[in-house]
This record gives sequence, C-alpha cells and structure tokens, in this order.
Amino acid sequence: MRSLGKYLIFIKSLFVRRESFRTYISLIFEECIKIGYDSVFIVAIVATFMGAVTTLQTAYNLVSPLIPSYIISLVVRDMTILELAPTIISIVLAGKVGSNIAGELGTMRITEQIDALEVMGINSSSYLVFPKIVASLIMYPMLVIFAGFLSIYGGYLISLITGVVSGYDYVYGLRYEFIEFNVTFAIIKGVVFSFLIASISAFKGYYTVGGALEVGKASTNAVTSSCIAILCADYVLAKLLVG
Amino acid sequence: MIEVQNIHKSFNGKVVLEGINGTFKKGMTNLIIGSSGTGKSVLLKCIVGLVHPDEGKVLYDGRDFTYGDNKVKTEVRREIGMLFQGNALFDSKNVEENVMFPLDVLTKTPKDEKLDRVNFCLERVGLANVNKKMPSEISGGMKKRVGIARAIVNNPNYLFCDEPNSGLDPMTAIKIDNLIKEITDEYKITTVVVTHDMNSVMEIGDNIMFLHQGHKLWEGSNDQILDTEVKELNDFVFANKVMMRIKG
Repeated sequence: MRSLGKYLIFIKSLFVRRESFRTYISLIFEECIKIGYDSVFIVAIVATFMGAVTTLQTAYNLVSPLIPSYIISLVVRDMTILELAPTIISIVLAGKVGSNIAGELGTMRITEQIDALEVMGINSSSYLVFPKIVASLIMYPMLVIFAGFLSIYGGYLISLITGVVSGYDYVYGLRYEFIEFNVTFAIIKGVVFSFLIASISAFKGYYTVGGALEVGKASTNAVTSSCIAILCADYVLAKLLVG
Repeated sequence: MIEVQNIHKSFNGKVVLEGINGTFKKGMTNLIIGSSGTGKSVLLKCIVGLVHPDEGKVLYDGRDFTYGDNKVKTEVRREIGMLFQGNALFDSKNVEENVMFPLDVLTKTPKDEKLDRVNFCLERVGLANVNKKMPSEISGGMKKRVGIARAIVNNPNYLFCDEPNSGLDPMTAIKIDNLIKEITDEYKITTVVVTHDMNSVMEIGDNIMFLHQGHKLWEGSNDQILDTEVKELNDFVFANKVMMRIKG
C-alpha cells in the first residue's frame, strides 16, 4: 500500500511545476522515436511469428471435418485483436521499453543528474517522465495496430506456404462476423498498458538508491511490476468492456 | 549571503547533523570541511534543498528557502549553480548542450545569444573547441570544467561545489580550485565548497566551517586554521606528513 501511495504521489508530481509547453515538444518527439520507432523491428518480428504460429496451432487442433477451415483465421483474428496484439506485444515492450526507462532514470539518479535538474529549479519528474508517458500513449496504440496487422498477415503467409487454409478461406474467415468494437478495445488496451508500462518503469527507475547493482534491480523490478500490472489491467478491462 | 540556522538531520534514527549554524559570505569562497561521514554533503544538500532538514532553516539573502513558498524556492533555485562530485553531466548531450541546458529550459534567450554565452563560459573555464564532444570523450578534469561552465552559465548568485577536485591529479585539482576562486572574486558570488582536501583549504579557504560527527566545531579562515587548538581539527589538518612539516 505504501508503494501504491508513493506511486500516486509520483504521478501527481508530473503535473505540478511543469516547464513551458515548448520544452516538452522536442522531448516528446525524441521519446516517440525511442519508444515507438526503435521498437518497430521487435514488434514486427514478434507479431509476424505470433500470427504464423497461432494459425498453425489452431489448424493443428481443429481437425474435425465438420469445422470449416475459415474458422482458423477467425480464431487467429479474434485472438490477435483481443489478446495477442495488445497484451503480448505490451509484455514484450515492457521488457524492451520498460527496462530502458528504468535503467535510464536509475542511472541518472545515481549519477546525480536528477539532483542537478532539481538544483536548477526544474521539476525533474515532470521534465523526465511526462514526455515518456505522453510518447508511450501516442506510440503504443500505433504499435498495437501495426502488430495486429502483421500478426494476421503472418498467419495469411503461413497459410499460403503450408496450405493449412486457402487464401480465400483465410480472408473469408477474417471478415466473418467481424466486430468493429474489438479494434477499439485493442486500442483502449494499448493506451492503458502504455501508461502502466511507462509510469511504473519510470517510478522504479526514478527512486533507485545505490549503485549499478540497484539500477539492474530497478530494471528487473520495472519489467516484473509492469507485466503484473498489464495482466491485472487486462482482466479488469475484459470485465468492464466485454463483460 | 547564505545563513544556516540550527540545522538538524537524521536518517533512520541516526543523527547526521545536530544544530548547525553558520553564515556563508558573499564574494568569498566558503568551505565546509571535515572527515568522511561527518555530514558535509548532507549539509550541502540541506542548503540547496535536495534534502529537507528535520529542524532549522536556510536563508538566501533573507529569503526562507526551507519553509518559504514554492515561488520563493523556484526563484532561489534559479540563482543557484552547482558542481556535483560526479559532475552530473547529461550523458545524452554533448558539452555545448550540457552547458546550454539551463538557458534552454529556464530562459527564452535567442539561440545565437545562448551560443555566445556558452562559448564565453567554456572559454572562461579554459575549454575551447570541445563543444561537440560527448562527456564520455573528455577527461575528468575537463568534465569538472564543463560542470563549472554549466553552473555559471545562468549568472548564478550562489555557487555550490561538492568535492570539486575528487578523483583529479594534484595539479588539475589546484587549477580547478583556483578557477572556483577566480569566478567567486570576479562575479562577487557566494560560493560554498565541500571538501576534505587540505590543498583546497589552504589555497581557497576564505571562510572555513569544520564539521565533526554532525557538529560544527570551528569556523575561521585558512590563515587561522594552522594555529587552532581544537584537537579534532588539528587531527584533520595535520593528518598527512606534508602538513606536519609545514607546522614544523
């Protein structure tokens, strides 16, 4: 409870004694590149393989001749949009981006760079963390959409290569009883998860005390806590939004 | 002028500072000295607001920095320049960006004026043609100079230096000490230096505060320090053979 209280105070501190809007613009752009653009490669690899493997696994398990083959792509579509793209990609990004944020802030803390900002009269938490959170909120939903597209496309490619589903059936399954709200749901998840990853990782890094060992621990804790928060939020969102 | 009044600070029940009073005068190089673990850095952090004292307050030219409102604190903070023990240069920024940083964030100065000011400060600390180098590409002494340039770029009224010559060779250390002294005299600012280096004490100590186990035991100048009768201070001052020889 004490950590939760400290976390909430930390979040509040991001919005007080802020610098000028102009100062944040360039920082947000820099963070968008670090958080979003630099993650495109890993997201592309993970999403494509995830879609391909899901297609193969689903095809392997749906062996009954009574089940039409387009159901495979329907399953891949819904799994991708509802879980794989937003949740699994967020967990992957918690590892990549979360550890980066915690490591960066932890190192800045132990090398007195955060103290230097404070002494200059700059609200260090707002200056360092606010742009990271805003950049995450902008970039994560984009990455989720990108991952969803590549995952489904990966499934399509593997279908053509292995012949588990025909191209026509795959596309038919994708369009069959498509619920548009699921995409909105995935984007909402992306926004919530992005906030959790950026803020929790920043919190862990910002309050690092000690040396290099503690920076490493802060990075590990950031990833662990972010993953747990993502899974809890995933459950809560599923309950709230799709019953 | 900076006044510290009855500063107390404990961490987890361990008393680090107990009733510290003192005045750091304008236009002087004020030193806080003492052995390791006596509370020098904690006192400095209390003065610059990085640590909040349990009791007592710090006044900057009469302005209450400890209990004053946020407006006063921000106003005072923007008059402070600080050189950190580990330099605290921003790794992701080059020398020029590091020195320009306070101007970028705290002022609306046009870009060319900022650049002129940065170049002036870098030249003032004896660094030229290193603008585009990253902190990882320059030596320890150069990092200290960049730290000083960044500390003075915003024309501070108060300059704080935490162990400015730690990790430097004796010649570079003396150069850094002299630079701090020159800047203090030139701009008539209030400078506070935390050190345990006796060379610094003898070179630049206009006004010296000696801390021992969280208490202030002595205050005076570098002319008076060799004649003191405070045992703890004598133990500190004459701990090495060179100082013993000076004493004769």
